[in-house]
Amino acid sequence: MTSTDQQPFLSVKDLKVHFSTEDGVVKAVDGLSFDLVKGQTLGIVGESGSGKSVTNLTILGLHDPARTTIEGEILLDGKELLSASERELERLRGNKMSMIFQDALASLSPYHTVGTQIAETYRKHTGASKREARARAIEMLRRVGIPQPDVRVDDYPHQFSGGMRQRAMIAMALVCDPELLIADEPTTALDVTVQAQIMDLLKDLQQEFGTAIIFITHDLGVIADVADDVLVMYGGRCVERGTKREVLGAPQHPYTLGLLGSMPSLDGPVDVPLSPIPGAPPSLLNPPTGCRFHPRCGFAEKVAGGLCSTERPALDVVDGRGSACHLTLEQRAEFFADFAGSRHH
Amino acid sequence: MSNTNPLLDVSGLTKHFPIKGGFPIRRTVGAVQAVDGLDFQVNEGESLGLVGESGCGKSTTGRLITRLLEPTAGTVRYRGQDITHASRRELAPVRSEIQMIFQDPYASLNPRQTVGKIISGPMEINDINPAGGREKRVRELLEIVGLNPEHYNRFPHEFSGGQRQRIGVARALALEPKLIVADEPVSALDVSIQAQVVNLLQKVQQELGIAFVFIAHDLAIVRHFSQRVAVMYLGRIVEIADREDLYGNPRHPYTRALLSAVPEATVDEDAPARERIRLVGDVPSPINPPTGCRFRTRCWKATEKCATEAPPLVQAEGNKPGHLTACHYPETADPIPAPRLAKNTEAAA
Repeated sequence: MTSTDQQPFLSVKDLKVHFSTEDGVVKAVDGLSFDLVKGQTLGIVGESGSGKSVTNLTILGLHDPARTTIEGEILLDGKELLSASERELERLRGNKMSMIFQDALASLSPYHTVGTQIAETYRKHTGASKREARARAIEMLRRVGIPQPDVRVDDYPHQFSGGMRQRAMIAMALVCDPELLIADEPTTALDVTVQAQIMDLLKDLQQEFGTAIIFITHDLGVIADVADDVLVMYGGRCVERGTKREVLGAPQHPYTLGLLGSMPSLDGPVDVPLSPIPGAPPSLLNPPTGCRFHPRCGFAEKVAGGLCSTERPALDVVDGRGSACHLTLEQRAEFFADFAGSRHH
Repeated sequence: MSNTNPLLDVSGLTKHFPIKGGFPIRRTVGAVQAVDGLDFQVNEGESLGLVGESGCGKSTTGRLITRLLEPTAGTVRYRGQDITHASRRELAPVRSEIQMIFQDPYASLNPRQTVGKIISGPMEINDINPAGGREKRVRELLEIVGLNPEHYNRFPHEFSGGQRQRIGVARALALEPKLIVADEPVSALDVSIQAQVVNLLQKVQQELGIAFVFIAHDLAIVRHFSQRVAVMYLGRIVEIADREDLYGNPRHPYTRALLSAVPEATVDEDAPARERIRLVGDVPSPINPPTGCRFRTRCWKATEKCATEAPPLVQAEGNKPGHLTACHYPETADPIPAPRLAKNTEAAA
């Protein structure tokens, strides 16, 4: 689904983000590249510590420069972000790129009404009058499905329910019609019925505005619902990418395969054990050598010469599709064959 | 499934938390009706899943069964013995047979105690001295839950989240319980680790024949783990059935909507498009729940009758024995008429 004819709106090239801590250097992101065109959704999947959130905070320029070493290139609509001044970034944030987070209550100020917070963002970037901004805030609240927006605009965040707060945060994020929206686990704290509402809302708004969305989540089910392209991260690196259909339907990396095998489905077999990935995600202070997944990988011994523990597998991307694994394509076809049988019902 | 001798028999279980207010004398001004009239049984060696969204009372139910909370009304019988208002002393022998596993593997282990101390804690309290000594038993338990017995002297912070949850399981197993109440035991864990813990619990359930009350919001995991499933909404059970019936033939509109809202990681083009029901709005407040059927404010079928008459939890026409539904207008397998759904979504805008 990646349209090659369209110029990428966001382009991340060989991004490295390292933090210095008392215990040593944490390599949170270690050579990550991807492109995103307008109107598309890129789903980034990964477990805790995979670097998915750090990547996006870096795009937004929200890291403390004193503690962070950032290398690589981030181009937003042709503009280089890593060398941009704080002032420029401030102008871009909220206006051209925007974000929503998992915890809406922590992301909204408890001392100001929801309406004020939305209007403030709008005024800062457009210089609109207070009256215009208030009208705009009400309009946005209506757009995201808050009932009686002209009344609720004067409510404080604690007067909203969890789902409504998330909607209010989406309204705030979209008030200046940003072209890039970064959604970091926006539905994780919500119940499934509300999660479904929020995902529908994001899809509708994307259709209306043509926003490019980066959707970060650990939930492959959510990815299957919202994403066009998928990027799977493990230990600060991308291990597999492609369209949603390619990655979820015919995974090429043992980690992706393992994630899918760990999840029970609503119509799969019961009373048989799941197939979990053994072990735990790696520490990024002292990550495994070679392929970072190799200590947990069931296929590592199939690769000749112990390559998995010594050499980092390359991520060769052709037409947006790629995976970083030392297994040959023939081996994968053989070993992963059971997968299709077990997932299709 | 009203078996003759259920392990756990709950009837009319109710918990209202009082809300205090006013000055200078704080009096009760209302109540959070967290759980309101639950009836269910758990048989020996069986796993009953409790699902529902936040605030539906599933955790409160777990705490009532284990008597961490005292019910406002109703009865809890364990092996025929009424433990609803039993004193601490009366509860002691029962407590060793009913154990609990908690959601947060970080908060539920004492950081100052070694793993050995944590797991042998229940044996100490109940003054149980297994043959060969407590330490030997702890090492056995560590082995059962897939941890290295050598880790006896380590502290919780040296373990990952998944390993900590294993320690919690070992502690729950220490007294050879008959019933384990597991409150969201895997939801704080990473996806790849969740499956490890689910497998462990399943092994424990099957090999040791322990009955489970498995509380979770993840419908796929509950289906995988529990032979019978109860769906809760705002303090009440709306539907309870064997898992095949509940997932294959949901009769309550809420169950159906809940199932349709679960995102599934499949991209099979040939598979028929899954039904999508989008509920409007949020769960109402349990302080002032809707009259009659509590789901009616979000239900596309609701009528006058739903507002005035609370539907009883009964075997609706067409249900198999043991499949109980609390709805005046139970669902059929037919697709939901489109206009109704359209109306439903409009109301949301």
